[in-house]
Parts: sequence; structure tokens; C-alpha cells
Amino acid sequence: MPLDPQAAMRAAIAVPGVPRDRDGPVFREPWEAQAFAMTLALHQRGLFSWKEWADALAVQIKRAQAEGDPDTGETYYRHWLAALEKLIAEKGVTTPDALHRYRHAWDRACDRTPHGSPIELKPEDFA
Amino acid sequence: MSGHDHDHPHGHEHSELSETELRVRALETILTEKGYVEPAALDLLIETYEKKVGPRNGALVVAKAWTDAGYRKWLLTDANPAIASVGYAGRQGEHMVVLENTPKRHNMVVCTLCSCYPWPVLGLPPVWYKSAPYRSRAVADPRGVLADFGVELPKETEIRIWDSTSEVRYLVLPMRPAGTEGLSEERLADLVTRDSMIGTGLPKRPEDIK
Repeated sequence: MPLDPQAAMRAAIAVPGVPRDRDGPVFREPWEAQAFAMTLALHQRGLFSWKEWADALAVQIKRAQAEGDPDTGETYYRHWLAALEKLIAEKGVTTPDALHRYRHAWDRACDRTPHGSPIELKPEDFA
Repeated sequence: MSGHDHDHPHGHEHSELSETELRVRALETILTEKGYVEPAALDLLIETYEKKVGPRNGALVVAKAWTDAGYRKWLLTDANPAIASVGYAGRQGEHMVVLENTPKRHNMVVCTLCSCYPWPVLGLPPVWYKSAPYRSRAVADPRGVLADFGVELPKETEIRIWDSTSEVRYLVLPMRPAGTEGLSEERLADLVTRDSMIGTGLPKRPEDIK
């Protein structure tokens, strides 16, 4: 199955709350599109069903609301990202610790990369 | 050649990604290393959302500048409030500068960092825009890069390359195409492409969109 706009449209219909227009999903910021695309790819690999994904997302949204999230739609993809991190850890793809280490490594890569050069992850970023 | 000459009082200027962007990068790296996702396939899909990210009001800004001389002047001297007046809500601290294309000068913007690209105005950057070869070639051989995009400019037109910084983002104001007299702002905005606002393309002509 290709990772294409048709698949994206099906996902946007299958998962409640995905911001979209008549052609498919729309995004507020570039990272939202990245998070969406990764989820689509994992779904196509059979890591989870859309039902499973929708449940995982709903848990994150409920938790955020309990913590006072205004739920204006602006934070939808923040919940999406949190659900993705949690679900792939539950599936044994990675661990919260590994996610933390990689996040930190990217932060270091950023800090040592002068503006205008592509940011690349190097082994020393994990030191 | 670099189009900006700013002081950076806080020492060297390094790259910046938000906490959220770092998390997304971490995820993508892990999933790629484990063979769950292919970055090229992700990029390909994401590129189809070029027109679906952010408010993308750059085209409206350009169309307004083509029809309203007062607005054009405002835009060229103080871009942030001029852009904000058509509904742009950018991140704080982003200073926009609008570069006017003329028969004498064509402006082209480079930056390999997605974080320096004014996506709220332009939508998503093209994938190639982030590649190192594009950046170095644009600086060394701008006419060659433009030719790759099918753009040929008169020999006497100077091509100027501008390098986005973390503080300054550029928007190119392309020249209004011939034969567009009497078109409404809305129709004119349809002619304004993303590539024409980063200087790697020209606006469409009215006959292209009929």
C-alpha cells in the first residue's frame, strides 16, 4: 500500500477529530504533518489498527482535558504526538528512555550546528 | 554573497528547534533506524501537503502589493505589520523582510533549515529546498539553478541570493505578470506560487490557470 493522499484521507476519516478540508488533512505546522505521516506509515505496516490508534489518542486527549487543556483544536497534534510516543513504546518498538535519549541528542546536534548547515545526528550527540 | 549583515550580540548563531520538533525528530530517527518508516516516503507524502500547512497568506500579500501602491510601500518598509494586516500570525521574534523583484534584480532565498522558512506565509518548504546541494549551488550558480526550474532571466538582470537567518525570514515579491490588468486581488493571488515567493520560480500567467 502506498503512502499517499488517498491513504491519508482514509486515515482522516477513520480517526475522530483530524482537522481536514474536502481534500484531506490540513496542518497548522510542518511537524504536525510529519507526525501524521509517521502514524500513517506505522498503520500501513500493521503496527496498529485505526480503532486502536483512535483509542490511544482519546486517552491522551482525556488526560490533557483533565489537566486543563482548553481543547480548542490547537493542541490536537500535541496529543497525537504523545499518543504516538506511548503506543510505540507499548508495542515494544522503542522505550520512553530511548525516546528521551534521542530527543536529547537532537538537542545537542542543534546546539553545535551553526545556522545554515543541515542538522545531522552524530554519535557524539549521544555522549 | 550574502544579503544580510546583522550583529548577533549573543555570540554564534546556532540552529533552533522547538521541544516538539525535537520529539518528532527523535521519533523519526528511531522509527527509521528500526526500519518502520522511510524518510523519503514520508517526505514525498508530506510534500503533497504543501498547500495544507499554515495560513499560507503569502499569495494574498503579494496580490495586494500588486494592486495597492500604498500597501506595497508599507510591505517593503515594514513587512511584519503589513503581513499581519491580512491575517498572518507568525511566531514571536520572526522578522520578515520582503524583497522586491524588478527588471534589474531577481531575488532568491536559500536556507537549508526548515526552521528558518516562513511556512506560516508560504506553506511547506519543498523537500529539495532543505538539501545542502541546493544551497551551495544556488550560491555558486544561481542562473543554473533557475534554469533547472525552467526560469530564464535576461542577462542584464542581477540575481541576488539571500540567506535566511534565525532572526530574519524573507519573502520575495515577484513582478506582476503581463496581461493581468483588471484582475481582482483574488484572481491575482491564484497566480502567485510558493516558488515565486522564494525566487525559484515566476508567478503563473493568466493563461496558465484557465
